[in-house]
Amino acid sequence: MVNSIILNAATRLLVALLLLFSVFMLLRGHNLPGGGFIGGLIGATGFILYAIAQGAEATRAALRVEPQNIAMVGLGIALCAGGFAAFFGEAFFTGQWLFIGETEEDKGLPISSVLVFDIGVYLVVFGSILTLVLALEEEV
Amino acid sequence: MSWVLALPIIIPFATAVLSFLFRKGPEGRWLSVVGSAGLLIASGILMAEVLAEGVIAAQMGQWAAPFGITLVADLLSAVMVVITGITGLAVSVYALADIDERKEALGYHALFQVLLAGVVGAFLTGDLFNLYVWFEVMLISSFGLLILGGQRVQLDGGIKYVTLNLVSTILFLAGVGLLYGMTGTLNMADLHGAVQQVENQGLLVVVAMMFMVAFGVKAAVFPLFFWLPASYHTPAFSVSAIFAGLLTKVGVYALIRTFTLIFTSDIAFTHTILLWVAGFTMVTGVLGAAAMNDFRRILSFHIVSQIGYMILGLALFTPLAIVGAVFYLVHHIIVKANLFLVAGVARRIAGSTELSSIGGLYKSAPVLAVLFLVPAFSLAGFPPLSGFWAKYVLVKASLDTEAYWIAGIALAVGLMTIFSMTKIWGAAFWTPHPSGLEPSLSTLPSRDRAALLLPIASLAVLTCIIGFFPEPFVAFAERSAAQLLDPTAYVAAVLGDVPMEATGLAQAEVLP
Repeated sequence: MVNSIILNAATRLLVALLLLFSVFMLLRGHNLPGGGFIGGLIGATGFILYAIAQGAEATRAALRVEPQNIAMVGLGIALCAGGFAAFFGEAFFTGQWLFIGETEEDKGLPISSVLVFDIGVYLVVFGSILTLVLALEEEV
Repeated sequence: MSWVLALPIIIPFATAVLSFLFRKGPEGRWLSVVGSAGLLIASGILMAEVLAEGVIAAQMGQWAAPFGITLVADLLSAVMVVITGITGLAVSVYALADIDERKEALGYHALFQVLLAGVVGAFLTGDLFNLYVWFEVMLISSFGLLILGGQRVQLDGGIKYVTLNLVSTILFLAGVGLLYGMTGTLNMADLHGAVQQVENQGLLVVVAMMFMVAFGVKAAVFPLFFWLPASYHTPAFSVSAIFAGLLTKVGVYALIRTFTLIFTSDIAFTHTILLWVAGFTMVTGVLGAAAMNDFRRILSFHIVSQIGYMILGLALFTPLAIVGAVFYLVHHIIVKANLFLVAGVARRIAGSTELSSIGGLYKSAPVLAVLFLVPAFSLAGFPPLSGFWAKYVLVKASLDTEAYWIAGIALAVGLMTIFSMTKIWGAAFWTPHPSGLEPSLSTLPSRDRAALLLPIASLAVLTCIIGFFPEPFVAFAERSAAQLLDPTAYVAAVLGDVPMEATGLAQAEVLP
């Protein structure tokens, strides 16, 4: 924990910005650089910054859920996204797509199980990085 | 069909998630037992499918081979998955009484299930890079299990373990990269054809050696085994047992798979090295064991020496020798895991694993004595237990190829194994306890007694069944060896029925 007014003031803005950016990276990941892994890393950076400014205890309070549990729930979500293909009689991890508002020329808004898998990856990375960093932060 | 292959991987992962979320209550450990039982059932279904249809393969995400990740099961993969299910269930029942609540709250059961998932994944994958990923999954979870509890000696063993294994995975990854650069594919079935068209066959042998070293570290062969005796005696007994049963065997499996399917271009060179390695591994392991005076340390060194026998089967590379290797692999996992479980009970009731400070178990705990006797003498190769047949097949295979010296070593090492086992028997069971204690099973709470002894007894019964009725198991190993030596069916199952230049490896030259 660093006692600095500048850092404290900047953190308030930056944490929100980083979290927003991480979601943006997650969502653009299917066709452009980005995705769950990088998104999770950026999201974790936001909370790491918070931990540096406010301390590990405050970060745990802000997270509300234990980071280990976030990682494990993420693993569960990723697994469910892979298993979802079973309902359509296809192989494990086959992507399932739904195009909302599909017309002749336009594909509409694509929603897929691939995105759900990416969200799972996001949570796994986010949770495990924070588990490590908070453990180290508390040790110091 | 694809779900039959995927389920043995999905079930442990799902169990890991659930048992981690419930890690602070008793639900976690029961979820682990239920999950392991589910894995055993799924592996049984897989085995039935493979027996009925031969080699089966599935493309994950329906990305066609050789581009996507393929899961494939032949008889060897299927039997390894079944054995993983059996040991996994036995150890998770044993863990009910062995793992304290503090370790459970740190996520023991989740790590254990992730380890099972990693092991099963390594057995089922048909892609070299994916195999690397499964190795990493195993490495991370096993490191977690090893240091769980955080004692000084555990951390010491854990650091040695993880450092040497990281060297191995880096070498593995480098080999994968070079192989991909030469052939443009990492699908193992595709590689079988692709390596035959590589112009620079010398470079291929170099890559083969990199894989041999990488998998050799995992399998703990001479001279790369030092991490094993340094770490296996430190963690909880359930952890030791599952490590002893499964971890090194994944390395042996990977060696068997790659050196029958991919790296067969220069058998005279690679497999001769393997033969020497096998001999040295057997001898150093058994000598190391003879120098030890701790229950678990003796057993750890015996893992090393037994690995030598399996490598011997692969190195001789005749149909009969491969039969021996497969049979040995199956027999050994059951026996070895069981011996570590027995050591755990001995520790619980007699207070130590140091042979000089325990004793009297034969008089006051005769049931445990019998349960030790079965796996111990099976390990040493006493007829009619399972180890006898495994050793018999291997010795016969080496005599058939006129490799008399290695047959002699195998027999001598068997004799030395008896020496070690009788050392444990004499010190822990026959001599009276040095502090006058009469260690008895009745001192354990009845629930713990059931949880500890049921898995041991079941595995011992399994050892006896393999020993008394070896024919179906040998017949199975024969079919499996035939598949390994002629991978046409394996390749066809993965790549579809494209005409392949799969030169039958069964006709490959036999080693001197």
